[in-house]
Amino acid sequence: MELHPVQSTGPQETFVLNLGPQHPATHGVLRVKLTMDGEFIKDAVIVAGYVHREHEKMGENRPWDQFLPNTGRIDYLSAMMYTHAYVGAIERACGIEVPPRAEYVRVITSELNRISSHLVWWGAYLLDLGGMTPLLYAFDDREKILDLLEALTGARLTYCYYRVGGLAEDLNEGFVEGTRDFVKEFRPRLKMFRRLVSENIIFRKRVEGIGIIDAEMCRKYGATGPMIRGAGIPYDVRRAEPYSVYPELDFEIPVDPAADSMSRYKVRMEEMEQSLRIIEQCLDRLPDGPVMAKVPRVLKPPEGDFCYATEAARGRFEVRIVSTGKPIAHRVRLRTPCFGNLSLFEEAARGMMLADGIAMMGSLDLVIPDIDR
Amino acid sequence: MTAAEPIRLLLFLVGAATFVGLNAAYLVWVERKGAGRFQRRAGPTEVGYAGLLQPIADAGKLMSKQLIVPPGADRMLFRLAPVMMMPPAIMAFAILPFSEYLVGIDLNVGLIALFAFSSFNVIAVMLAGWSSRNKYGIISAARVVSQNVAYEIPMMLVIITILMLAGTLSLTGIVDQQAGAFWNWNLFALASNPLMPVTFIIFFVCMLSETNRAPFDMAEAESELVAGAYTEYAGMGFGVFFMAEYANIVIGCAIAVILFLGGWHSPVGVFPGVFWFLLKLYFMVFVVIWVRWTFPRTQFYGLLNLSWKILIPISIFTLLLSAVMIKLV
Amino acid sequence: MSRCPDHLFERFQELFPAMEMDTPAPPEDSVGNEDGADAAEPRLPPPPPCRKTEHAKVGYDLDAIVEPHQIEAAAKLLDAEGFAIDMVTAVDWPDAAQFELVYDFMHFQAATRVCVRTRIPRDRPEIATLSHIYPGANWHERETAEFYGIQFTGHPNPIHLLLPEDFVGYPLRKDFKPQPDPLLEP
Repeated sequence: MELHPVQSTGPQETFVLNLGPQHPATHGVLRVKLTMDGEFIKDAVIVAGYVHREHEKMGENRPWDQFLPNTGRIDYLSAMMYTHAYVGAIERACGIEVPPRAEYVRVITSELNRISSHLVWWGAYLLDLGGMTPLLYAFDDREKILDLLEALTGARLTYCYYRVGGLAEDLNEGFVEGTRDFVKEFRPRLKMFRRLVSENIIFRKRVEGIGIIDAEMCRKYGATGPMIRGAGIPYDVRRAEPYSVYPELDFEIPVDPAADSMSRYKVRMEEMEQSLRIIEQCLDRLPDGPVMAKVPRVLKPPEGDFCYATEAARGRFEVRIVSTGKPIAHRVRLRTPCFGNLSLFEEAARGMMLADGIAMMGSLDLVIPDIDR
Repeated sequence: MTAAEPIRLLLFLVGAATFVGLNAAYLVWVERKGAGRFQRRAGPTEVGYAGLLQPIADAGKLMSKQLIVPPGADRMLFRLAPVMMMPPAIMAFAILPFSEYLVGIDLNVGLIALFAFSSFNVIAVMLAGWSSRNKYGIISAARVVSQNVAYEIPMMLVIITILMLAGTLSLTGIVDQQAGAFWNWNLFALASNPLMPVTFIIFFVCMLSETNRAPFDMAEAESELVAGAYTEYAGMGFGVFFMAEYANIVIGCAIAVILFLGGWHSPVGVFPGVFWFLLKLYFMVFVVIWVRWTFPRTQFYGLLNLSWKILIPISIFTLLLSAVMIKLV
Repeated sequence: MSRCPDHLFERFQELFPAMEMDTPAPPEDSVGNEDGADAAEPRLPPPPPCRKTEHAKVGYDLDAIVEPHQIEAAAKLLDAEGFAIDMVTAVDWPDAAQFELVYDFMHFQAATRVCVRTRIPRDRPEIATLSHIYPGANWHERETAEFYGIQFTGHPNPIHLLLPEDFVGYPLRKDFKPQPDPLLEP
């Protein structure tokens, strides 16, 4: 809070409200300078950068593969997909063929990671709306995913499991059975979540028709992921720019044309269902074989620009590497989904009520380090 | 009035104050335990058996904290607000009939006095929000006033419905009319108003709103307003608000029990009246806690719409309906 | 296989023909370069100004090099085609004394990605903003401006986005040396 008095700034009597950097609804250290007219937001200015770590510079001053741990710390909730984009960019540049088993395991772990990320969002979003209990239910299930991935990767959150050319290690014993058990247990839980929350009249009143972000706005701001799918356009990097083994898998891209907070909510809930489908298919088809391709000891991608995008839990995450043929990158550009998704908040929040603005901000599913990098 | 009467009243007030304090402390425990159960976790377990000493530890912590007055705040009002919150809550207990005999004063305008006392908390919260020179506090103060104005009206309409049935403002009088088995309770007084359960639900909703409980906790909406009017309060300043909030919940539930659920009268006829009163009272309190941990918060205009567009018309209708029914039957 | 639609490719070729690019300038003889011997050869041979690329190989379908003053025209063309902004960024080429600005666009329905590049001199880093065409470019340009010291003329809000407001220097330039922290190194 700034300590200047609440003062009239003209006939409208507006005042500035600092939402954050420490505020329960900003999910981290994000500051929103709101110009308020009573309960109405007249103007919103995002002040970001509180957890800026300059990952892109870090990418430029170390060997290619030593940047891998950083990728898991950009969006700490979907570390798998982020690492995937980075190793994918290098593999694309070097022309490395990844063994099929590694690709399938990558997809399984990515989708597990997506479910756990969406579960955090689901709990935190309900927390934004004042319902505390769902968070604990969500964490109950997320815990099982974290246990599975911990046994596999050694980390619970900032996984660094993928390597250029494959995986750090093959699946541990019990992972396949544990994942199958999880899928079986989680389906009825998802149904319960729907019954518990999605049909709740108070919840629906708070999100339906609130925070309309249409496809045109998404296009102008580069918003992706559940934002664009919640606006009715089936844009998913897994289909639009197919990577890994996603083209072989059978899954749907959930869309909802209403473009409000509820449709983004529905899209994410449905995505968890689709992730379960993907995991099941991958477990059924999981081939045997090595999990690591032959990769030179020192990576020297050829000269040029290479992009690789993955569908992270929050949208399109893209790594653009510029190589000069040296063992160190010339430029690593991280295009993060939350950056584009949040940048439209300033426009979209104008004229909303404070509580609706928070309901909308929650539906963007922000991870602040993802914006600040 | 005998010579012993003032002493009895004083003792009763001391007892009521103790009850309010302990009740608040242990309702916090009940709430935390209950929330734990609703959320598939254990709740407090460390301090004492099943965390039973947790409220005492919390009180010790709150009392040992510094009372900070933010710079630029209205010092006097900032200090006064928690003080204004507590005494009316305790005073209200002097009027509540816990049983036939356990009642401080049986006022013949008891109901009105009760509502006069319980309306005080609005002023206290508003002053707290306004005086702390915090923007969240000011938004909260504005919210709490408009919310209470909106919900006092349907509540009063419901009470008038009961008054027409009872013909008295005395709380003991109202309870006495519901003596006997449970079908004599006002909740089931379908003969004089077939919509009585609806009336009860309206009352319950209004009571939740008047006591700033979820899903109507607009004043304290922590994901929007941090802690609303209480943002700047530290230590016991916050603790007093906390206690008074729980006292108000108990008062609200007690009114519901007295008006609708037959007060101290037993549905089956065993055990003394106090037992039944407290049983019904804490069942209602449990429902309040249950609601809080189950529902998300409403939106502010949704809250006002609910009152002005739904609750007030329905309560006017039930009022007229029972007026007609009483005249006819 | 490039998924770039032919009409877009033709429009690009028509609008931005192979003109005299003042890039890439022959690299200055960088003896003191820490990279050693292989720095002597030119880093980027002049590519054709507009070419279809294979998505599976590089991650974009059309790679267009335009002149700095044409960037607005390119953005308007892509906007009319229904492209969404993906990102704006820069690459520092100190040997050529140039900044390469990279604008990425994506199409939600056609699944096409277009990469538009331009190069501006390092000593006079100025380029027109796109934030009136794509409001989403606003933040990307603020970020590029603070990290590279590139001025986006006409930008509505040219202040730091991620760096502290009192930060001095442009951290993503290759010659950036961080200021020693007086608290850590007395």
